[in-house]
Amino acid sequence: MKKVALNVAGLLVALFAAFPVYWMISTSLKPSSEIFSSTPQPVPAHPTLAHYREILTGNLIPGVSFLDFFLNSAIVAISTVVLSGLVALLAATAVARFRFRLRTSFLIMLLVVQMIPLEALVIPLFLMIQRLGLYNTLPSLILTYLGFSLPFAVWMLRGFVAAVPKELEEAAAIDGASRAQTFRRVLFPLVAPGLVATSIFSFITAWNELIFALTFINDQGRYTLPVAMTFFFGRDDTNWGPVMAASTLFTLPVIIFFLLVQRRMVSGLVAGAVKG
Amino acid sequence: MTTLTEVPENAAARETPARRRRRVDRLPYLLLLPALVIIGVLLLWPLGQVVTMSFYRLNSVRQLRGDREWPWVGLGNYADILSDPFFLTVLRNTVLFAAANVLLTMVLGTLVGLLLNRLGRKMATFVASCVMLAWATPALTGTIVWKWIFDDTSGLVTWLFNALPDGLSNALFGRSDWTGYGWFNSPLLFFAILTLVVVWHSFPFIAVSVLAGLKSVPSELHEAARVDGASPWRVFWKITFPLLRPVFGILIVLSTIWDFKVFTQQFVLAGGTQDRPTFMLSIYSYAEAFSPPPKYGLGAAIAVILTLILLVVTGFYVRMVLRQEDES
Repeated sequence: MKKVALNVAGLLVALFAAFPVYWMISTSLKPSSEIFSSTPQPVPAHPTLAHYREILTGNLIPGVSFLDFFLNSAIVAISTVVLSGLVALLAATAVARFRFRLRTSFLIMLLVVQMIPLEALVIPLFLMIQRLGLYNTLPSLILTYLGFSLPFAVWMLRGFVAAVPKELEEAAAIDGASRAQTFRRVLFPLVAPGLVATSIFSFITAWNELIFALTFINDQGRYTLPVAMTFFFGRDDTNWGPVMAASTLFTLPVIIFFLLVQRRMVSGLVAGAVKG
Repeated sequence: MTTLTEVPENAAARETPARRRRRVDRLPYLLLLPALVIIGVLLLWPLGQVVTMSFYRLNSVRQLRGDREWPWVGLGNYADILSDPFFLTVLRNTVLFAAANVLLTMVLGTLVGLLLNRLGRKMATFVASCVMLAWATPALTGTIVWKWIFDDTSGLVTWLFNALPDGLSNALFGRSDWTGYGWFNSPLLFFAILTLVVVWHSFPFIAVSVLAGLKSVPSELHEAARVDGASPWRVFWKITFPLLRPVFGILIVLSTIWDFKVFTQQFVLAGGTQDRPTFMLSIYSYAEAFSPPPKYGLGAAIAVILTLILLVVTGFYVRMVLRQEDES
């Protein structure tokens, strides 16, 4: 009896959590007549890819299609990932492998800067981007997201670096490998899985971001996907079929990546909270 | 465990100055340099700059580029904000919204975490996967879907209310035809839907963290208490909660910080920055700075106020934790 109640509660939670995602995909596959019918269809009765075809082939403004926005977002996110991964790996190696005077201060600073409300930095970063002449360019966003993703990336990667047994590097050093060689041949391959996990977080940060992209980009052809979606689909006469198709295309990569790394996210955010 | 106190090398470092100097290694500092520069330039400098900007009257982009003078107004921007009765509305919205959302997110997240811990293995995996979906969905698209669910003509909620028997609907709400009903028009209803969206997005993190915490607690304690006939309520407050207190502390602070600066969900749900009665601090700051006519200085001052509030929240928490550790 109690078991049944628990399972029912579980199903309700699952329904509440997953329903909007299901509804997004389901709506994107319905013909418009079903979307706007007075009785909602739980499952598409006549599934169609028409909305996907519409957004992928049509132009949202002359000469600019959905794929262009997708590409802008991809350029920004991938550049952020590469730069942030590289810088984070160096810093993580420093804190995980060396003992030096400012080590603890650096770690505390990493935690503290993650508490800075990024929304409060829009105005000063807008100033900086204007001064650097980067206004209305994709590099303005790459730079911004690099700063936002770096502290968490270093924090997360340092655990991966620390997990590689030091003896392996010492053995390599005894065999005559230089520090650079040890780093490249021994440490890097072993940390690679951690680097992938960290990269996914940086990717999601950059891919999802809205406010800064909204503020730093003026030219519609350079919009990233989030900005394009609020701009083109935020109207009152919303045509939900294409909107849901676009939302699905935007969401799927994030969900796939996210599910690959979610375990690390929890352990990264609450690390050290439980005295095990 | 990864805590900050794990550096026992301090003792070893207290060697003779001569030896220490010989052993100073430049390499770690070189490795750290790029990260330090990036954090310094892109996070710390802007944090200082936002304070500086809040003391000036900045009303054009040309001032930002440095082509024009920056007139110093001291605390003028703060005086303008604090003397405006609208600021009280914004502050009230922000604080009430954050309080309601932290509370609801924590309660729902904790309940789901406890539930996941009790479910059978297959069921727990299924429910956890669904919960993950809500967490993984970007704030932007999650909000767009909820907006569609509350659409005033073909939305699911509008249909559900239309499906109520007319008599019942009239008796409860004074209307039976819900087609065309503006779900987002009254501030209270807007905030209720925004709360739904934000809680939907944020309870999974709480649930998964609480579950992770529960798994780290020896289950014998719970079993013993249960055998002794303690009610689930008592077991939670006497055993689970005290053991997981550090986890709950961190989760509450993180939730508070996140809920105080909600932006994307509100921006999308309200369709921009026009809906002033539902403003909260972060969107207020943004709208003052970037909606024409731009008032960057004023926006910066609001951003500083937001940051200070968050600082106080974090400070309170740190003190609370320290005091608890002193007592135990």
